[in-house]
Amino acid sequence: MKEILEKFSDADFSIELLDKVKEVADLFYAKHGRKPVLMEVCGSHTQAFAKSGVKYAIKDHVHLIAGPGCPVCVTDQTSIDSMIELSNKENVIVCTFGDMMRVPGSRYTLMQTKSQGKDVRIVYSPLDAVKIARENPTKEVVFLGIGFETTIPLLGASIKEAVRLDVENYSIWMNTKLVEPILRYLISLGEVKVDGFLLPGHVSIVTGEEFYHFLRDEYNVPGIISGFEPVELLSGLYRLTHCLLSGKAEIINDYPFVVSKKGNKVAQDLMAEFFEIADEPWRGMGVISKSGMDFKPEFNQFNAKRKFDIEIPEARKTKCKCGEIIRGLIEPPACPLFGKACKPVNPIGPCMVSSEGSCAAYYNFMREE
Amino acid sequence: MEKFITMAHGDGGEQSHELIQAVFVEPFSSEKEAIFDAATMPWTSGEVVMSTDSFVVKPLFFPGGNIGKLAITGTLNDISVSGAKPMYLTCGFIIEEGFSVDDLKTIVKSMRDEADKFGVKIVAGDTKVVEKGSADGMFINTTAVGMYVHKRPNPYEIQAGDSVLINGTIGDHGVALMTARGQLGITSDIESDCAVLTDMIDKLQAEVASIRIMRDPTRGGLATSLVEIAEDFQCKIIIKERNIPIRNEVHGACDIVGFDPLYMANEGKVIIICAQEDEEKVLTIMKEFKTGQNATKIGSVSEIGIGQLMLETPLGAKRRLSRLAGVMLPRIC
Amino acid sequence: MCVGVPAKVIEKEEYQAVVDVMGSKMTVGIIFVQDVKVGDYVIVHAGQAMSIIDEEAALESLETWKMITEAREAGGQSPIGESNPVVNR
Repeated sequence: MKEILEKFSDADFSIELLDKVKEVADLFYAKHGRKPVLMEVCGSHTQAFAKSGVKYAIKDHVHLIAGPGCPVCVTDQTSIDSMIELSNKENVIVCTFGDMMRVPGSRYTLMQTKSQGKDVRIVYSPLDAVKIARENPTKEVVFLGIGFETTIPLLGASIKEAVRLDVENYSIWMNTKLVEPILRYLISLGEVKVDGFLLPGHVSIVTGEEFYHFLRDEYNVPGIISGFEPVELLSGLYRLTHCLLSGKAEIINDYPFVVSKKGNKVAQDLMAEFFEIADEPWRGMGVISKSGMDFKPEFNQFNAKRKFDIEIPEARKTKCKCGEIIRGLIEPPACPLFGKACKPVNPIGPCMVSSEGSCAAYYNFMREE
Repeated sequence: MEKFITMAHGDGGEQSHELIQAVFVEPFSSEKEAIFDAATMPWTSGEVVMSTDSFVVKPLFFPGGNIGKLAITGTLNDISVSGAKPMYLTCGFIIEEGFSVDDLKTIVKSMRDEADKFGVKIVAGDTKVVEKGSADGMFINTTAVGMYVHKRPNPYEIQAGDSVLINGTIGDHGVALMTARGQLGITSDIESDCAVLTDMIDKLQAEVASIRIMRDPTRGGLATSLVEIAEDFQCKIIIKERNIPIRNEVHGACDIVGFDPLYMANEGKVIIICAQEDEEKVLTIMKEFKTGQNATKIGSVSEIGIGQLMLETPLGAKRRLSRLAGVMLPRIC
Repeated sequence: MCVGVPAKVIEKEEYQAVVDVMGSKMTVGIIFVQDVKVGDYVIVHAGQAMSIIDEEAALESLETWKMITEAREAGGQSPIGESNPVVNR
């Protein structure tokens, strides 16, 4: 197995595949007079494409657009400000994935409130936050719940654990997002004509392959579920472009050794047990109906939004174009702040903070000069 | 002698005297020197090279070393990579009340052992004790002085075509500390590369004429050090991702938390830029030492006049590397 | 979107397992893959094993991908199944 996995990042194999991708993309060009426009939905794909050099290597052949799959980036400013404000509450321990620490709030970041003595802790898993709650029974422990379908079951697992152990001082601030509604929204919006989608490999573990059939059946748009190593990325590009040439939309599972047809039942059940579909605000897109998950009423004792009264001033307005970048309208360098006022060391928008963000990926991995 | 450090050990009175006699005097120097306020040592003529560094590390004991060994390694390597031979060293301790005297002795012994190996004398020291909670166990500052015995490297001689070499795998120290801290639940057998490079560097300087610059890529890792060289001396450096030596365990631990080994700390590594015709010679000498077994060429200087570091991926794409931006944070989503 | 790392299961308990990622180890939850066995490879996300990597399917995928690189030699036949059109040069 180790040898197989190693082959997935084999450089020579990747270079051979790269040539094939260019070849098939050029056939598309010959047929349509333009490059194929593909959107990678997942932020980890954005990062993998940029870091491996695949994005750079194919830039003259395939127009690759980063989609709305970076959880930090798609979280709207008011939600971010609220989550940061939580850390200012007396007697509260804020637990978070490291990704959130440097995200700029309108006034400050979690990193800054932490340096002012607020109790902000980076955890690797929401279950660690439950553990912290048990160790600190006199404090309120809040987990910042951002993420998509891969992460929501883990949030559910943490609530299940809290219920089992009767932990009352644990709660989650839910700002989760769902893949299907955002894809429907982007397609319906029609601002960007996407020929095909590279579908998020790890979300698909939970949802399964069939989950994406709506793309084919309702929109006649193809998609491919892909892994994250260079060989997997390149195969995904090749097969998707190939599919475009055929003119027949298909949903291809190019990650079948990890993603099943129906997804992971345990994970789906954990989502459904504690959460229900809810309207959710997205950065640059406003509230999208039924695009996230929130607590079912019977579990509201774990709902941080109910537990805490958070008041925040109106969100700061900047020239940051993260909203348009997330929608795939512009590339990072088209933002007036990119690389000037906004850099990874001093980010203004979340897309420059998260290593999955389009701007950070572009800044770190795509600059030639 | 008591088992734990108390505030009285830093008061300058009887207990302070007792601590100095019991812990520091024997390992560090002769009693004769300890009775004066300042140390006196012989010096030949020529310039003095001096470097100081403070050490705060968590945990204080880690696989491959401890804060004491680190405090010697870090400062001696700074002198060595400047092209000088380290001669004397001072150290200052800030100790948190309640610290174990046995641990202190162990730390002091590793400092002495490390300094002895390279003929460096620890000539002066100071100890302060602070209240519980005011320091994270112990902080150490060391200052070293040295002298030039070989020709000084001249980074302004860096030319297009020069080779960029390193004496071994990167990121070992950073990952060893991360896993030793037990944060995030990752464990590994990786040891810190914490080691003094004085002997290797001495031989390199004696035998290779074209060494342009040496740098120890500590905090900020390989990438940050190379960006600094590129910017300070206006040269474009291209390193090849495929050629950068990284241990599997380091790769694995970094993958789990989303860190980049290029930015992980090292404490026993030196980057050398030299003329291409001398690269084999440098690598051969490095490999004669335990600290240079995995020495290899990682890249070269492509042109002069532009201060940039580029990384060539296995796919042949080049991307520009920047300094480490802020502390690295584990990323999950 | 969600960082996932392939890891080898080296010890298994009821609700958790020790996994190895190229020599570095960590304990992860296995609530989503309860029938995982020692020796299996899993994808780990945020402290949980999310999916067992199917070795046979992985090998098949690898074969499929190898066929892509040989597409030109396929002489008019689609390298990866009938649903995909032929790449002609």
